[in-house]
Amino acid sequence: MIERLGLMATQPAQPGISAVVLLLLGLPLLLGVLGAWFRPLRGGVVASVSLLPLLATAWLLLKVSTHGVQAWTLDVGPLALHLRINGLTLLLLLLTQALTLASAAYAPGYLRVAVKERSAGGAWLWPLLGTMVASLSLIWLAADLLTLYVGLELMGLAAVGLMLLPGHVEALAAGMRYLLLALVGSLAFLLGVALLLGGWGRLDLAGLATAVEPGPLLWVAMALLSAGLLLKAAAFPLHTWLAPVHASAWTPVSALHAALVIKASFFIALQLWLVLVPDAAVAAWLVGGMGTAAVVWGGLMAWRAAKIKDVVAWSTVSQLGYLLLAFPLLIGTTPAVAAIAWEGTWLQLVAHALAKAAMFLAAGNLILFTGEWRVEGLAGASRRFPLALLSFGIAAISLVGLPPSAGFTAKWLLLHAALAAGHWPWLLVLAVGTLLSAAYVFRLFRFSFIEDAPHFGLRRVPGGMDLIALLLALAALLLGLVAQWPLGLLSMTGGAP
Amino acid sequence: MSQAWLPLATLATSLLVAPVIFALPERAWWARAVLNLAAALAKLALVVVMVVGLYQGRDFVFGFTVVEGVSFLLKVDALGMMFAGLSSLLWLATTVYAIGYLEESSNRKRFFGFFSLCVASTIGISLAGNLFTFLLFYEMLTLSTYPLVVHRGNPKALAAGTLYLRYTLTAGLVLLLGVVALHVLVGEVVFGEREVLTALAAEQSPLLIGLFLVLLLGLSVKAALVPLHGWLPRAMVAPAPVSALLHAVAVVKAGAFGIVRLVYDVYGIQLTFELGLLGVLTGLACVTILYGSLRALAQQELKPRLAFSTVSQVSYIVLGISLFGPFGTIAGMVHLMHQGLMKVTLFYCAGNYAEELGIRRIDELDGAGRRMPLTSLAFTLGALGMIGLPPVAGFISKWYLGLGAVQAGMPWVIAVLVASSLLNAAYFLPILHRLWFRPGPAHGLGQWPAERRLGRFETSDWLLWPTVATALFSLLAGLLAGLPFSPLDLATLVATEEYLP
Repeated sequence: MIERLGLMATQPAQPGISAVVLLLLGLPLLLGVLGAWFRPLRGGVVASVSLLPLLATAWLLLKVSTHGVQAWTLDVGPLALHLRINGLTLLLLLLTQALTLASAAYAPGYLRVAVKERSAGGAWLWPLLGTMVASLSLIWLAADLLTLYVGLELMGLAAVGLMLLPGHVEALAAGMRYLLLALVGSLAFLLGVALLLGGWGRLDLAGLATAVEPGPLLWVAMALLSAGLLLKAAAFPLHTWLAPVHASAWTPVSALHAALVIKASFFIALQLWLVLVPDAAVAAWLVGGMGTAAVVWGGLMAWRAAKIKDVVAWSTVSQLGYLLLAFPLLIGTTPAVAAIAWEGTWLQLVAHALAKAAMFLAAGNLILFTGEWRVEGLAGASRRFPLALLSFGIAAISLVGLPPSAGFTAKWLLLHAALAAGHWPWLLVLAVGTLLSAAYVFRLFRFSFIEDAPHFGLRRVPGGMDLIALLLALAALLLGLVAQWPLGLLSMTGGAP
Repeated sequence: MSQAWLPLATLATSLLVAPVIFALPERAWWARAVLNLAAALAKLALVVVMVVGLYQGRDFVFGFTVVEGVSFLLKVDALGMMFAGLSSLLWLATTVYAIGYLEESSNRKRFFGFFSLCVASTIGISLAGNLFTFLLFYEMLTLSTYPLVVHRGNPKALAAGTLYLRYTLTAGLVLLLGVVALHVLVGEVVFGEREVLTALAAEQSPLLIGLFLVLLLGLSVKAALVPLHGWLPRAMVAPAPVSALLHAVAVVKAGAFGIVRLVYDVYGIQLTFELGLLGVLTGLACVTILYGSLRALAQQELKPRLAFSTVSQVSYIVLGISLFGPFGTIAGMVHLMHQGLMKVTLFYCAGNYAEELGIRRIDELDGAGRRMPLTSLAFTLGALGMIGLPPVAGFISKWYLGLGAVQAGMPWVIAVLVASSLLNAAYFLPILHRLWFRPGPAHGLGQWPAERRLGRFETSDWLLWPTVATALFSLLAGLLAGLPFSPLDLATLVATEEYLP
């Protein structure tokens, strides 16, 4: 597993940091500051500027595909920071940049239509967004616990800041609660890190992997680390903060948060488990149990939710449950099973990120069009806003896991892994999750097909916003058929044997 | 020589038309009509080219890998071509019909967009070369028919749509589990490569039986086998062209076609027979045939009666393939086509009566033969075919079913056939009697429920000619069954491939 994460201890690390990596981390910050300065009014401008980090990532892709895994160490006083990049991190970087581009391009139009006055929040959006993206990139690249902690903390603070931007009471209440929980999570994480440092005197993952010995110290440290991360990932039963936060935040912020931020915590957690406790099968089953509860509870709550955004937010809780199944399928299973589950997990992550971002943007558009937050407000929407509804529907196909979407291919792989491992419970979880997600998605559609609906005050929304949602949804849909490409990235070893 | 682009282009004709239709404005009536018809004609032409190529022994294969061990595969074989031919022919007819039917209604853009997607799924199902691809289009069919079923948007339609989704999505999930399990067991399942499963049968027969039943469960919801048929009569609230397509080619037929694939191309008829699974199918089919007919008898409205008749008739296909022997196979295959032609005619007629005269109940049909002679003639042809009278296509099906039953050593099946034919006669002949022999508004007695004069002839041209054409086709399929390229000829080709090494 450790090779798949690009953490081979034998990897010759280069001292210093490559200029591209600096560019990747620095560009979002710089662009964020520029955004606050100029306050762009056109999505096209934002999109073309946001292409720069994407280009940097593409350049790294080229480098990794010819030279294999790249690793760097940076000495900061007595500490050494470790960074690395391999196929998986590249995939996550690409996903981050692409989704940021989409959300950032969506934001100016959204600010213009939804947030009428030129509030201070509009200016703060950009630097906070930049910080969040830079810290996300740092988390994907980091190969030691200290860097991970820094990235996690920065990301959390930026996310809280973004959540507070709308400035009304609900947003403030939800944002403060989020801040409180995020701080508790960070504290637990920090304690775990301290325990590991005290026990084995090092923080780089590759070194820890060989150094740690199973024992109470490791168990306690892992329990703290996992608890902190799962809280931030909104894993059941630590999910209660998620729905209110998403319901009150600005749409492009919700989209990025659901698609990437909570995934970062999941990514760190899975990475730590695979590196530090690769044989903890029983505990992994426990996490799988949490995933089961998340799938069922999240699905039921989404089904019952009264507001459109709540449906989408609860669906995130439910979909995260699928990802948690990765723990029991990857830990303590045969290599053949783990190989399939590995592909399924990351494809599920990518599929959910794309589909959820698309769904949030489409839902945001529908809410803007109708001026209605409630699900009932969608009555007759299929006739009046077909494009927004179509985007929502295509994203939903991937969330439910119907072919040919990426969600379907991911579910196929997870089902395959569960069957091959003989883990029947997970089969059932995936099946129930599919039915529940179909139930909550089609509940929305049912309203949209009502013909004799009263007319609401309709607003004009720039066509570009519809287009962005549609493109993201189509990406989620078609990725299922060309899944060979992202999965090929995962196993990329480059020119080096 | 493999011409990969042909199956792909056939799929693309309707798949790519859908986004264009979505992009056209609602009022672009002519552009949409021309586009729809051009695509339908192009598809039909491509299918004809492929059928001719198939007779000349050419291969058409297109495929790529989706993930390790799973590939997307389009392949042309005789069985698939039967279904593709049927759906492209009936798509053309139904497109013409739908253009006329929806002339003044709203949401036409949405309707025709999903209509194209629906046909694309059907073509995908017929061209699918492995179980994964089949599953892909099978689910796509579910999704693309939902907006058509709820098209009217009233509470009844919405409730029917919800019920439809509950049935089909659950069944799709069951099917998915079965397909994944089969993949775990033997790897990729390409249609026609049955050796893998046969080799496995010796030591793993209980597992294979279990899997077969799971897959059958997943497929039989769409095929509307009793007791999983509940969604079909409720889906009758959809507009007439949708009902026609749903019953004749799309959903119900996709389920039946899936069962045919499962028996012949995944397990192989020999293995299915040895595992004792054909008996299960025969039993299911017989129960469905009789139950559907009995329920049809009890219906007072025209469309529900036709719906229950579909439940019954589609099971003839299942019955045919469950009879071990070439004649049974031919019967099943040929009925796949014949039932489509006849049922689509009957639904067009029901739609014509409803549009022109506002007739929905059977007792309102008195004397309609005089007012709408061509429609009524078409209805008569379809109904006689369903009963199985020569020379309409249905006779061929029943004749071969009987032969198949004798060949398979199950003469009691003939009793079921006779009973079913009597029931068919019992629920169709009273309608014919009302149409032609009872005096009604056309004779000056009372009034039609809601008469409109839609066209020069008895109704609008758009509605009339597809009806006449499909009625003629069902007559010709029976009369000219011995000629090459007829449904019977294609079915014989399939049966030969199946039984001769």
